[in-house]
Amino acid sequence: MSKLTYNNTTYTCTENETVLDVLHAHDVPVPSSCRSGLCQTCLMQAVKGTPPEAAQKGLKDTLKAQNYFLACCCHPDDDLEVTLPNTGTARIKVTVNNVEQLSHDIVCVSLHSEQPLDYKAGQFINLFKDSSLARSYSLASVPAQDNHLKLHVRKVPDGRVSSWIHHELKKDDMVEISLPVGDCFYASGKPQQAMMLIGTGSGLAPLYGIARDAIAQGHTGPIRLYHGSATLDGLYMVDELRQLAEKHENFDYIPCVSDEPVTDESISNGHVLDVALANNARLSGWRVFLCGNPNMVKAAKKKTFLTGAAMKDIYSDAFIAAN
Amino acid sequence: MSQTLFQKLGGDAAVDAAVDIFYRKVLSDDRISDFFDAVDMEQQAAKQKSFLTMAFGGPNNYSGMDMRRGHAHLVSRGLNDSHFDAVVENLAATLEELNVSAEYIAEVAALCETTRNDVLGK
Repeated sequence: MSKLTYNNTTYTCTENETVLDVLHAHDVPVPSSCRSGLCQTCLMQAVKGTPPEAAQKGLKDTLKAQNYFLACCCHPDDDLEVTLPNTGTARIKVTVNNVEQLSHDIVCVSLHSEQPLDYKAGQFINLFKDSSLARSYSLASVPAQDNHLKLHVRKVPDGRVSSWIHHELKKDDMVEISLPVGDCFYASGKPQQAMMLIGTGSGLAPLYGIARDAIAQGHTGPIRLYHGSATLDGLYMVDELRQLAEKHENFDYIPCVSDEPVTDESISNGHVLDVALANNARLSGWRVFLCGNPNMVKAAKKKTFLTGAAMKDIYSDAFIAAN
Repeated sequence: MSQTLFQKLGGDAAVDAAVDIFYRKVLSDDRISDFFDAVDMEQQAAKQKSFLTMAFGGPNNYSGMDMRRGHAHLVSRGLNDSHFDAVVENLAATLEELNVSAEYIAEVAALCETTRNDVLGK
């Protein structure tokens, strides 16, 4: 049992409760999303006391050093006094440059940051609708090529943040985002390694960034991007990706549609994972990136591993839906 | 000075070489795959790595009690001798694939055997 202080009020935290549990039980509006220690939406800072190491997993070293932690997986050993992150250190203000329709249910949001942001294509940020509500979105932009941060946002049924983005967010609005984080990105080295990128829906965003980043960094091995959608109208950026494939011999783009017949021969019929594995039966030595639907990501992790990809060469980002 | 089994097998590097092969084998083995089919594959692979380090006679701090506690949830799901045997079999096959001699493989199997009762909660 430990004491937890927030905004001059002290609560007790039992062994089985997280900081997030306690604060939510007392209606303290702490933003949260995946509740699994992945999305970092519930980032908080301990101003007194030290958060346990397990609650700092995946945080940047600079944030760890300032006693930032994730409330959803923090079972405090010590008494803690905590606050929400300050704008400027863990959160920054950006301006909406553009909101553009990509498909019937996905928009691209471009964000302009005054201060230069250090990030890698494929990492993600949390976009705040207000101080207590945020969602994670992957970065489709490449720092060296794109002037703005670019996110692909799918309209989630009853999604509070995605509805706001689709229907209300507009050019010149100011919004808050977290610093970019995540380890699903292209690391330089091994330029000849074959790369397989598999994504569903807006899982294309990080893959589009990663593929262009790899090409820009001089990757010479094959880069195969498989994008899957249930229906034909869910495929997007098809022209951009085809142009990229025409321009770069080592880059292939394979759009896949699973739930309706397709006559266009340049589009594969079938589930994206099945198509990708049918085309490439052995993946020993490959680097694999998997993004989008959590069930697809889970199945793909296992199947690509079983067909030979080394565990350390499999990078993934499952888009877990928030409640 | 005589080398330990862990050193003879090649130490940490041998564990690293074996872990993906071994994990792939157990995930593909219908007799036991359910016990290894975790959502978090990285975490599961890390567990296999600790297991292999122990089985190779490497440095570890496992007590019999840890073994019991760590496997109790699997015992309640039906983990028994046949599953234990299947794991040891997959480990032996992994080592064969890495060209480890039969003599060392037998030593590894004997080391695994010392944990059987604790793992199965007997």
